[in-house]
This record gives sequence, C-alpha cells and structure tokens, in this order.
Amino acid sequence: MGQVLVETGNRVAGLACKAARAKVIAAYPITPQTTVVEQIAEQVETREMDAKYIRVESEHSAMAACIGAAVGGARAFTATSAHGLALMHEMLHWASAARLPIVMAVVNRAMGPPWNIWADFSDSLSQRDTGWIQYYCADNQEIFDTIIQAYKLCEDKRVFLPAMVCFEGFILSHTSMPVKIPDQEEIDDFLPPYNPPWLLDVDNPVTHGPIVYPEWYMEFRYFMYEAMENARRLIPEIDKEYGKHFGIEHGGHVEKYMCDDADLIILSMGTIGSEAKLAVNNLRKSGNKVGAARVRVFRPFPKDEILNIARNAQMLTIIDRQVSYGMEGPLHTEVKASLYSEQDSPMTAGFIAGLGGRDVTMHDIEDMVNKSLQYLKAGRVEKEVNWVGLRE
Amino acid sequence: MTTLKELTKDEYFYPGHAACTGCGAVIAIRLAQKALGPKTVFVVPACCTSVLQSAFPFTAFDTPCLNIAFEAAAAAASGVVAAYESRGLKDVTVLAWAGDGGTVDIGLQALSGAAERGTNFIYVCYDNEAYGNTGFQRSGSSPFGSRTTTTPTGKREHKKDVPMIMAAHGIPYVATACISYPLDFVNKLRKAKGMIGTKYIQVLTPCPPGWRYSTEKTVELGRLAVQTGIWALYEIEYGKFALNPPSAALVDKAKRKPVEEYLKLQGRFDQMTPEDIEELKSWIDTVWEKYKRL
Repeated sequence: MGQVLVETGNRVAGLACKAARAKVIAAYPITPQTTVVEQIAEQVETREMDAKYIRVESEHSAMAACIGAAVGGARAFTATSAHGLALMHEMLHWASAARLPIVMAVVNRAMGPPWNIWADFSDSLSQRDTGWIQYYCADNQEIFDTIIQAYKLCEDKRVFLPAMVCFEGFILSHTSMPVKIPDQEEIDDFLPPYNPPWLLDVDNPVTHGPIVYPEWYMEFRYFMYEAMENARRLIPEIDKEYGKHFGIEHGGHVEKYMCDDADLIILSMGTIGSEAKLAVNNLRKSGNKVGAARVRVFRPFPKDEILNIARNAQMLTIIDRQVSYGMEGPLHTEVKASLYSEQDSPMTAGFIAGLGGRDVTMHDIEDMVNKSLQYLKAGRVEKEVNWVGLRE
Repeated sequence: MTTLKELTKDEYFYPGHAACTGCGAVIAIRLAQKALGPKTVFVVPACCTSVLQSAFPFTAFDTPCLNIAFEAAAAAASGVVAAYESRGLKDVTVLAWAGDGGTVDIGLQALSGAAERGTNFIYVCYDNEAYGNTGFQRSGSSPFGSRTTTTPTGKREHKKDVPMIMAAHGIPYVATACISYPLDFVNKLRKAKGMIGTKYIQVLTPCPPGWRYSTEKTVELGRLAVQTGIWALYEIEYGKFALNPPSAALVDKAKRKPVEEYLKLQGRFDQMTPEDIEELKSWIDTVWEKYKRL
C-alpha cells in the first residue's frame, strides 16, 4: 500500500536510509547534502529510526567510520557532496577493496575553485575508478527506489561492493515532488537484514586487509572486477524484482524513451534525461525521429545496452554535465568506447552543458539535436566537443 | 594486578611475526593482548604493526584485526564501536593501535574527533618517536636533537605533547607507559578497559634500527628513558594527574639520572653538540616543573 508524500530529494534520501534500516550513519555536513543528514539526525534522535549516528569531524572519517561499521556487522550509510566526496577519495578505495556494501547518497555539486554549490557531476565522476557502483537519478522517486535497490545489489554475495546513489544538488535535493513510499513490511520483505560473509568477530578472529605481496594482489583485484561484472548482470534483475514488489521500475541500466525507431538518440544522465524527453516530444512533432536514453548506471557502464540502443541510430547526441580536461565529456568517451567493436556505428556529437548548476532547458537540448542533425546531414561532425551556451 | 605472574600464560600474538629483532612495539602488543584478553579487536592504521603482523595468507594476530588507512584509526574504530553497540555486543574491547606518526601527526584529527564524541574505546599510541616502518623519518613525536632520515643533522623542535592534548579533551583516562615497566602498562590497560568513554595510552617502545642501538638493549633503554626523566610515567584519571612509580620519585631533579646516560647508548643522538644537550636538559626540566604544578 504505502503512502505518497511530497518531499525534497534530500528528505527522500533520509527516508530511504530509514526504510533500508541502516544501523550506522556516519556523516559530515556539506551543502547541498546538509538536509539529508539533518533528516537522519532527527529520525535517530526521535527514535523513528533504530540506528547509531556518528557526527564525525570530516568526510574522510565519515567513510572510515562506515568501513568500521560495515565490517563490524552493521548496515552503513552516509551522504556527501563535491569537496566532501573528494576528501573521502582514499577511503572510497578502501571501502570497495575491503568489499563492504556501504551505500552513499552523493548530492552532486561542482568542484571549486571558484566556489560553486550547484549541480554538476564532476564530483562523482572524478571517483569513477574507485570500485564503487554509481547510480544517477532523475527524480525523487528514483532516489528512494535506488537507495533500496542499491543495498539489495551491494549486499548480494556475488557483488559485495559499495554504491553511490547520485542526484543533482538543488535540482532534486531541494525540490519537492510526490514520492510513493512503500510500507516498511514490504521493504523488509524485499531487503532482508544485513548478513555479511566476513565480520570483525572475536569468535572467529580474522586479520582484515593485511599486506598482500605481488604474487597474490592481482587476484584480489580480479575478484573486484568479477564482482562488478556480476553487478552489471544483477542491476536490471533487481530493478525488475523491485518493480514486482512495488510497481515501479526505472529501466535497469538505461531508461529508454522512444528509442526503437529513432534515427537520433540523445544520451544523458540525471535530470537532463528528464528534460530530454520533453525535447523529444517537441522534436517528434516536427517530424524528427528522435529518442532519448538516460544512463542510470555509470559503473558498471552499460556498454551492451548502449550498443543495442545505438545499433539502428545514425547519430548520438551525448550531453555531459561534466568534462574530463584534456579529453571530452566522460559519458561521450564511454559511449564511443562501447561502440568501437560495432561496424557502421552511429556518429557521435558531444555537448558539455549545465556545469556549476547552469540551467539546461528542453530548448537547449533541441538546439543540441538540431546541431547534431546538421552534422548528420553534412556527413561529418565538424566539432566533436561543443560547449553549450558559453558567453561570447 | 600486583605481579606479572598473575598475567595469563596464553599468547595471542604468535612467533613468526615480521618485526625487527629487539622490537619494542612487539613487546607492547603482546602485553596489551594479555592484559585485555581475547575479546579484543585491533584497529591498526599504517604503522610498523601493519608490517610486523606478517603478510597474507599468514597473520601473527590471534585476535581480530582491522587494518585501515594511515589517518583513519580512530574514525574506523568509531564505526566498529557503533556497529557493536547497535548489535548489542557489550563485552568486546575495541582497541585502536597506532604508531606515533599515525597518532600525533596524520591521525590527530580523527583521534580528536573520536575523543570529543566520547567514543567508547581504548586508543594506544605506541611511540617509537619516528616513522619507523618507512625508514625512520621525523614525526611530531621525535625528540629534540634526534637524527632521523628527514632530519639528518638532528631535529630542531621538541616532542609534541599529545597525552596532554588528549587530557585537554576531558576524556576519562589518559596515561603514559613504557614497555620496560610491563606491570604498569598492563594495569593501565586493564584500568582503561573498565572505564566507559575514550581512553588514551601512549607507550614508549624503543626501536633498535631507528634509535641505533644494539638489539639486546631495548628494555634497558626504556628504563633509562624513565630514569632520566625524558619520558615520565603518569596517568590522568577523570582529570586527576598522578605520577606513577618510578617517575613519582623523580620530581626531585637530583634523583633523575643525567640524560647523557640515555643519549650515549643511541646513534640517533650522536651528532648532538653540548649546547643541544643543554637545550634538551632545559626542556626536560620545564616539563617536570609542569608536572609538579599539576
């Protein structure tokens, strides 16, 4: 049954943390994540939530404490943004390499300087190779559902890796929208209690994370690689299973909108993916066969789905709310890498848009598509990387 | 406990570990485990103990051990404590076990945070007065005049007083110890185990390769450190400071052995000039004047 609440993305993340029955939360405040941890603090202090909340003195310590909690046998949660995530970097590697299923809400925010508290994905995408699963959400319902799904995925014995559930600061974090919250019993039925295969346990003393010499180290890394491949397979399965329980699915790795007959497909992440659907509606009205695909999971990257989506298209318009200096938008790179083995793969045009919270409207997206169509008509992508809406 | 004979004969740290001959830190680990018993969990940041516990697939620890990043011991221990509290486990001691670099330098923020939060754990800093594991570089805990690989002509600053910094947090228990006084160290650990909140113990652990002395002199050097007053044994229990024997008798300067007796046995001090030695002596006197007032 559940109930429908009208809540901000951050409060929804806090409600999901409670619904997942996280037992230890260690967090440090940073804009725009702050209301997540305020919500959790309130839930813990009013005993709405049976959990320990460690008000650590830094994000580095937040992740270290989550590591201690997870290996100590408690389901752990934290949330951060931008510089906080960057400060955690060392411990992100530690959490994944120690194979601990920690779930973290990342409220995406641009990196400084100059100081900027608004959304882009430069914070979480800088952490691409830390061994964390990365989900990206497009609305508040997806934030709730993905946090629950992430625990289910991370605690699967074939995975045992941590996950970031990313959503854009202010655009979602401080915007209210209706969200269906299922009953607690239903969630408990979907997500059983945390039961880790390895624990810091005095009855079974084990040394965790000692020195491993070169003759063994690679095997540990291979197990992580394999776990990420298992996650790739399980992500759509868990999304479907969630759908069976709660009647909501989000498309597995990639949410597709009118892609089947599309000549041109807009690829994006996060809320730009929602805006892209509106652009598709408009563009279809004027006879353009356009579709939109929103990449929900950046790690493991859905290369097979991208290949399937792209197979019948002639042009991909790839919008990145982030940039890899010295290359292009990271989504652009990953998409091209996914297509490389395919003969006659579509052309790609990359667009850098919305950095530091700059608005990306459906009209901006229509302009990007029109430019891509010009490239298609000319048979050549004149400019591979286009910065959208720069001041002259 | 009044004699060491009362200490358990059980061993929780096995032979075959990878420590240097004469390592003071291993003596400290062995004593700590015997004092605290098998229901103890070690949280170990990067330090000599990361290495001397031995490498995969072997371990010298017979109690659980969580290795963690350099600056993160107290924070990770906070997480373990919270997990155990949420699971209702009440009889397990969480022991963060860090070197002086991981405590007084890179780990001080996390330690201060954990202490301020009143985290219920014991934090032991085993102090060999430098970054021993990486080749003996200078730390905030290295004494004035000592040669390290990053102070090749001798350190020009005095040792950072972290026990007093920890005492300023108002935690229930702060103590100093030395492996050459095992009964004192064991009793301090056991006292700490019986208290709720953050307990901090800094134990001096002589280091033959770093201090540059002959390996059989570890215990003797620990004794000399205390007898000369360059290291004092004390505890601060709920804010009340007390010097412990044999340091208690050394408030009178005349009873302290000349510090040269301690310095001359160690290669790390052999470049000190007479002026340097005077500076060190004057620092020792100042520290003892402070103890007198406490």
